[in-house]
Amino acid sequence: MRHYSAIYWAFLKISLLNQFQYRAAMSIWMIGRILEPIIYLTVWSTVAQARGGHVGAYSPADFAAYYIVLMIVNQFTFSWIMHIYDFRIRQGELSNLLLKPIHPIHSDIAENIAYKLMTAVIIFPTAISLFFLFEPHLTFHIQTCATFLLALGIAFFMRFFIEWALSLVAFWTTRNEAINQMYFTLGLFLSGRIAPIDLLPGPIQLLADALPFRWAIAFPVELMLGRLSQDQIVNGFAMQTLWLLAGFVMIKLIWRVGVKKYSAVGS
Amino acid sequence: MHHIKLIWIFFRIGMLNEMAYRVNFYVQLLQSVLNLGTAIAGLAIVFAHTDTLGGWQAVDILALLGVFMFVGGVIRLVIHPSMSQFMEDVRLGTFDYTLTKPCDAQFLASISQIRLWRLTDVFLGLGVLIAALIYKGLGIGPREAFAFAFALCTGGAIIYSFWLMLATLTFWFLRIENILVIFQSMYEAGRWPIGIYPIWLRYILTFLVPVAFAITVPAEVLSGRLTPESLITSGLLCAFLLFFSRWFWKRGIKNYAGASA
Repeated sequence: MRHYSAIYWAFLKISLLNQFQYRAAMSIWMIGRILEPIIYLTVWSTVAQARGGHVGAYSPADFAAYYIVLMIVNQFTFSWIMHIYDFRIRQGELSNLLLKPIHPIHSDIAENIAYKLMTAVIIFPTAISLFFLFEPHLTFHIQTCATFLLALGIAFFMRFFIEWALSLVAFWTTRNEAINQMYFTLGLFLSGRIAPIDLLPGPIQLLADALPFRWAIAFPVELMLGRLSQDQIVNGFAMQTLWLLAGFVMIKLIWRVGVKKYSAVGS
Repeated sequence: MHHIKLIWIFFRIGMLNEMAYRVNFYVQLLQSVLNLGTAIAGLAIVFAHTDTLGGWQAVDILALLGVFMFVGGVIRLVIHPSMSQFMEDVRLGTFDYTLTKPCDAQFLASISQIRLWRLTDVFLGLGVLIAALIYKGLGIGPREAFAFAFALCTGGAIIYSFWLMLATLTFWFLRIENILVIFQSMYEAGRWPIGIYPIWLRYILTFLVPVAFAITVPAEVLSGRLTPESLITSGLLCAFLLFFSRWFWKRGIKNYAGASA
């Protein structure tokens, strides 16, 4: 364990120094992830006002709270691994990583955490400004915040494992654009980004229950807003754990078969 | 006439380049259709809960989506690839070759790259627009048609000038390809009418990143809610930006030293 913490610390420092060089570019790339929740927050608030104050169980102030928390959850759980993995395999970059005496997922996790630490400097002031601009209906209880942080932590690893496992498909395809596009499109609807899950049509809600997207994003958000009953919270954590394990097993299996197939296409 | 011939030549070069990667056409088509499906599903979810959004009916927003896809398609067809190439050329010093050609450098840099497969977005956008108009009952006369064409052209020119100014910054700051991402991110906001956004965001989308004039204003013509003021503003801003970006470009070129040449 001490061994791993030293390695992670080293990876983290390297990534932080590395990413600090690209701080301007990083801020620019965040605009989209900040703007999207603001867009849907505005759309749904407009709908709520047109209907005399509510859509389902959401008032404009609830939508504001929902999307501000969603912005934070999405920022902290997202990964860019699916965009780069096919490149890594196609160009033979993976060969270098394979030479190291440690599974390549560890440096990816450390790199992602370093990025989240760096961008916290932007995302929290943004969230606070949005708080004053949109006046969300959000109360803070110690207990809710604690369970929220736990759900956020599981969501991070769950999403990271699943996306890492899906990237490995590149061992067979070498180009993943089409698969990635499908994954992102599904995620847009089923994770609660276009609309809170309650507002989606019935059959789509069932699909959202079964797939991981909802448990990675909408669940922590609704938890923080205090919209979930005790049963729903327990169920949510159970689904998160299930998908976390599923992601872990997928990585183990696909990695073992995939690496054997890997022939360093580019080098 | 000379310029039209040149555009045609670059178009043909673009076509020849893309013909080498024919599978990409299907990847691009899949992407465009998925994007369209996503957008329409999003609209359906919102309009399942309401009849109007900030005074716009579903069919008006569909027309807006058509304009959004069309303009976005044109940007990705020629403006974005050409400007990226131009920034790359300045960085590497290969912009020399553009400058030495017996033709206006701004014109050449603006059309140098044409990504033919992006036409899928242009045509899908047109299709959505026409479908929305037919659904509405084609209630547009020659006056509206003319106003729409005017709004679309001035809006397009505003967008072009804006991109040109962003790209021209590369003469002073070499490594700023990422600045183009600002526009791409902000452009997403254009798929909904600008009027629903809070006032600060509306200002940003009108004057800082002029998405409003390229998408909302033309769509307003079609849904019959256009005020003459916004057409006049669009025309004036267009003239000003075309002029200003040209001046800025000339300033930039003076600064160009041919990095590696």
